[in-house]
Amino acid sequence: MSFAEAFNALPFSNLIERARGAESASVERIIANGPSSLADFAALLSPEAGQSLEMLCQRSQAVTRQRFGRTIRMFAPLYLSNECINNCAYCGFSRDNPILRVTLSVDEVVREARALAEQGFRSILLVAGEHPKFVSSGYMTECVRALRKFVPSLSLEVGPMETAEYLPLVEAGAEGLVVYQETYDRAVYSRMHTLGPKRDFDWRLVTPERAYAAGFRRLGIAALFGLADWRLEAIAVAAHAVWLLKYCWKAQLTLALPRLRPCAGEFQPLTSFGDRELVQVIAAFRLFLPDAGIVLSTREPATFRDHLLPLGITHASAGSHTEPGGYTGAGKDAVHKTVRGRIIEQELGSLDRIAPVGRATGATGQFEIADDRTPAEVALRIRQLGYEPVWKDWDAALMA
Amino acid sequence: MSKPLIIAGRQFSSRLFLGTGKFPSPESMRGALAASGTEIVTVALRRADLSGRRDPFANILEFIDPARFLILPNTSGAMNAEEAVRLARLAVAAGLPKWIKLEIHPDPRYLLPDPIETFKAAEQLVREGFIVLPYINADPVLAKRLQEIGTATVMPLGAPIGSNRGLQTREQIRIIIEQAIVPVVIDAGIGAPSHAAEAMELGADAVLVNTAIAVASDPNRMATAFRNAVEAGRTAFELGLADRLETASSTSPLTGFLK
Repeated sequence: MSFAEAFNALPFSNLIERARGAESASVERIIANGPSSLADFAALLSPEAGQSLEMLCQRSQAVTRQRFGRTIRMFAPLYLSNECINNCAYCGFSRDNPILRVTLSVDEVVREARALAEQGFRSILLVAGEHPKFVSSGYMTECVRALRKFVPSLSLEVGPMETAEYLPLVEAGAEGLVVYQETYDRAVYSRMHTLGPKRDFDWRLVTPERAYAAGFRRLGIAALFGLADWRLEAIAVAAHAVWLLKYCWKAQLTLALPRLRPCAGEFQPLTSFGDRELVQVIAAFRLFLPDAGIVLSTREPATFRDHLLPLGITHASAGSHTEPGGYTGAGKDAVHKTVRGRIIEQELGSLDRIAPVGRATGATGQFEIADDRTPAEVALRIRQLGYEPVWKDWDAALMA
Repeated sequence: MSKPLIIAGRQFSSRLFLGTGKFPSPESMRGALAASGTEIVTVALRRADLSGRRDPFANILEFIDPARFLILPNTSGAMNAEEAVRLARLAVAAGLPKWIKLEIHPDPRYLLPDPIETFKAAEQLVREGFIVLPYINADPVLAKRLQEIGTATVMPLGAPIGSNRGLQTREQIRIIIEQAIVPVVIDAGIGAPSHAAEAMELGADAVLVNTAIAVASDPNRMATAFRNAVEAGRTAFELGLADRLETASSTSPLTGFLK
């Protein structure tokens, strides 16, 4: 059985109804006893539960501290490539966007990773657009092999692959795989994804299962909030998590709550998902899934992040760049512009290619970062909040 | 004074082991270790620097004085025997003691130990000369099997790691203690000083505490509370607890004059 079948069988209309209209007596009971079913989780998303947000957050904080202690695990994304054959309406890397693209060579990836390691990162997430020609399984395997010599923990967030293609990556030392479904609303999904392999909703949905079968130990899932009804997305993520905990029982699960950020293509969010709602979903996830990691990225602004950290967050990125070469300028001379997948200019000296002020490369980022503090500044703030920033929580020797 | 605890020929006066995870800072961990009076401190190898480069971003070991504490590396994160054995060897290569707290818990949710892989790894590590302290479910037969192959202790859980639920496995632990030929250390689930005292009164040789101290609002004072509880429980065990009766028993018996 795959999650695709379980997903199709979910009683979404009942759950949504509960998420919109749970009564105060049942919400109080669920907060007091802890949610024990998906229906209970849905009730924690209700406006009525929103009235008890402070209590929800107090519980969420206590549960997180017990399970994870006063610690925040640090990581950084490293973008390998912004080439992409998909068109996703909300993504800066969409094939049809006329942006400046590049795929880093393995040596350039090493240079970027060394810069991150110097800042303290011992856990790196390798990210790339989906482009089988530039970002092949073989290329990524080479990257992983080169990095694992000095980076204890490597995870991937790249185009979905077959189990057989994941195997050499695990063998090379990659331990985590992150794949966001973007939206669990099939209708919205098909409107958002108009070109490329990503159009196949089910193929993407069961990616974590294929990754687990190949031996990945950490699985990351999420919805990209701002595309469909946030309550539906949260319920679907929770259902997905429950399924993965049962069938992929050896994997550590992480959840993220990315909200749409400004990017090339000027896409505007289709639905609203405010700060209060974000906090409510973090607390609801924590109470329902006490052992899941919850990831906070630099999509959120500094002050807001500082307030979110003690509410249930376990993993945080810092100092992130979403453009390949963003940490060192690696690959900047190979940057080229593409329109509809075709390279339209690559002559040297083009004004376009010059890195904007404050950037190391002219390559275009996936989205704008909202917290531009350095990793050291973020780590200091975490300490001031009474938490220990944990840089190393994995040893490559575990997978040998 | 309570009797000393002896593990693999080495003598310890404290019967409280401490874990080092979940503390708000390495400094607060160091303070709690001192306050607890512990002599055995376990560290997750995955959080330590095993490269010998003195990584400033993975420097947890620098906060634990090896002259004062026995550093007991643990294999948390290993999913099978092979991984645990590899980690243990690396720890020795990195200069850590040849003592290993063997933890293999493939399920990240309840962190329950895998008995089959734990047994396999223990066999291998004992053969290689390690002093092996295996974390196990409270399974008396598994405990016996491990002792037969030469582990230095057995470390049954009271409840899942970090759950603070106390001795949920009390009856099984009682059997393990009764049958033990090596020290029995209650490893997980001890959430309150009263749980620690209960384990010691029951005859456990030591307890390991981490979460309850690390996440306390004042880890130092909580460490002291556990220290006192462990000492109280041990003293009571050595003296022998008074019998429990169904009815009241007067301290000034009515028939005392007949003596």
